[in-house]
Amino acid sequence: MLHPDDIGPVPWAPLKPLPGHVSRGRLERVLRRGEFAVTAEINPPDSADPDEIEHRIKPFEGWVDAINATDGSGAHCHMSSIAVSALLIRMGYSPVTQISCRDHNRIAIQGNVLGAAALGVANILCLTGDGVQAGDHPEAKPVFDLDSISLLQTIRTMRDEGKFLSGRRITGPPQVFVGAAENPFAPPHDFRPIRLAKKIAAGAQFIQTQYCYDVPMMARFMARVRDLGLHERCFILAGCGPLASAKAAKWIRANVPGVHIPDGVIARLEGAKNQRAEGKRICVEIIQQLREMPGIAGVHLMAYKQEESIAEIVHESGVLRGRTPWRRDLVAHMQAVETQGAA
Amino acid sequence: MRAEDAFPARGIARRPLPRRSLRLWSVRHARALAAVYRGFERVLRGAHPLFARIGYARLERPVARVELAVKSALFDCRMCGQCVLSATGLSCPMNCPKGLRNGPCGGVRDNGHCEVHPDMPCVWVQAYAGAERMGAVARMGEARAPIDHRRAGLSSWLQAARGDVAS
Repeated sequence: MLHPDDIGPVPWAPLKPLPGHVSRGRLERVLRRGEFAVTAEINPPDSADPDEIEHRIKPFEGWVDAINATDGSGAHCHMSSIAVSALLIRMGYSPVTQISCRDHNRIAIQGNVLGAAALGVANILCLTGDGVQAGDHPEAKPVFDLDSISLLQTIRTMRDEGKFLSGRRITGPPQVFVGAAENPFAPPHDFRPIRLAKKIAAGAQFIQTQYCYDVPMMARFMARVRDLGLHERCFILAGCGPLASAKAAKWIRANVPGVHIPDGVIARLEGAKNQRAEGKRICVEIIQQLREMPGIAGVHLMAYKQEESIAEIVHESGVLRGRTPWRRDLVAHMQAVETQGAA
Repeated sequence: MRAEDAFPARGIARRPLPRRSLRLWSVRHARALAAVYRGFERVLRGAHPLFARIGYARLERPVARVELAVKSALFDCRMCGQCVLSATGLSCPMNCPKGLRNGPCGGVRDNGHCEVHPDMPCVWVQAYAGAERMGAVARMGEARAPIDHRRAGLSSWLQAARGDVAS
């Protein structure tokens, strides 16, 4: 059943403040209670129609603790992450709003952080962002005024000191749980744990990693992380996702920077009769192995164009161990919510 | 098509890709070059009274021009005006197409090349290698403040002479 701390009087309102928590969102509570968290990512629609968001998340309702709203991922233009987050909050979901440094300078970003928090965003993921050449507008100006680490520091300063980067005072600081990404699978490998330490020192409270298809490499990274004691200073959610086919895996490996897929995974897909089902099985197995890895606090699912498989993957992996994340029918006041939402 | 970089160089014609620059050589010889710079920095500090008499404002343009010539040849310097080369293994972070000053992004390719320019070695993979040679890996762990765009084009050598701490 749902933990009583995770239900408020109305689903879209911030939850009752808890001691030792920086935010009033569900994700921080789940992680701080030591439960294995599951988050999932949706790619915002190329549309101004809010129904498309509901359509995308419905298949995994009740299977994830928070939903990441990506910010122009792959440097492609989509609905803004803050707008998607606000729409998710209106429905009662808990979004992780991604903020990338590619498209906004420090003035715009700080304004967006205040605006997002005002709309009820409790979790922000700080990213550097993909280069503009990866997207549909390669001729655009890359901004990168901040980077992921200075963005983390900026938001922490806003929240904890109540100040903008300029030093000017903020009257109502943003109460947000702040996260960052890490890629344990990209060179320079020796530097990655140091970089994680840097992100934690800059303010990262949770980490969502790049897709993990290489469990031994993840294990080596986590061993170093534990040596440095980093897993005790932040919650690490390992990134996972199903590969649709061997061909798709090869394409991703060649064309999506930062995704490392070992030959063994591709060979296993090639040898399978039903590659899609095999891709899902590989994902489930990886999740189960990560569940047992010391220092891993949860998984982050990225099932691009396979959102419908997220519920099955979480179910088959059994990582929730009977726990039910929030869903709309678990709120007693839902009838009233729908009436008010429609008004 | 060539992607735009986040921090365009001031007063330097953009090099066509692939880059056959000296900067990879500089990283390979980071240890020796760093020792040379330490000596040079002492000379700069010693010249402070002289520079102060001439006037730093008057020196700014000619010194910046010399610094640009030397450092653009050796490091493809972009004259950001807040030099961090000694903390980045002598690999200039402003050559990163994202202008990252705090380490590599997550897009570095398996061969250690850049996500944006596939034929260019990632400046941060280079930086780590250079820092290892210099014995300065610890400095890679320091967090850097966002760049101050007002300082672009200013001489870092004169800042060193004045004893201003380069960030």
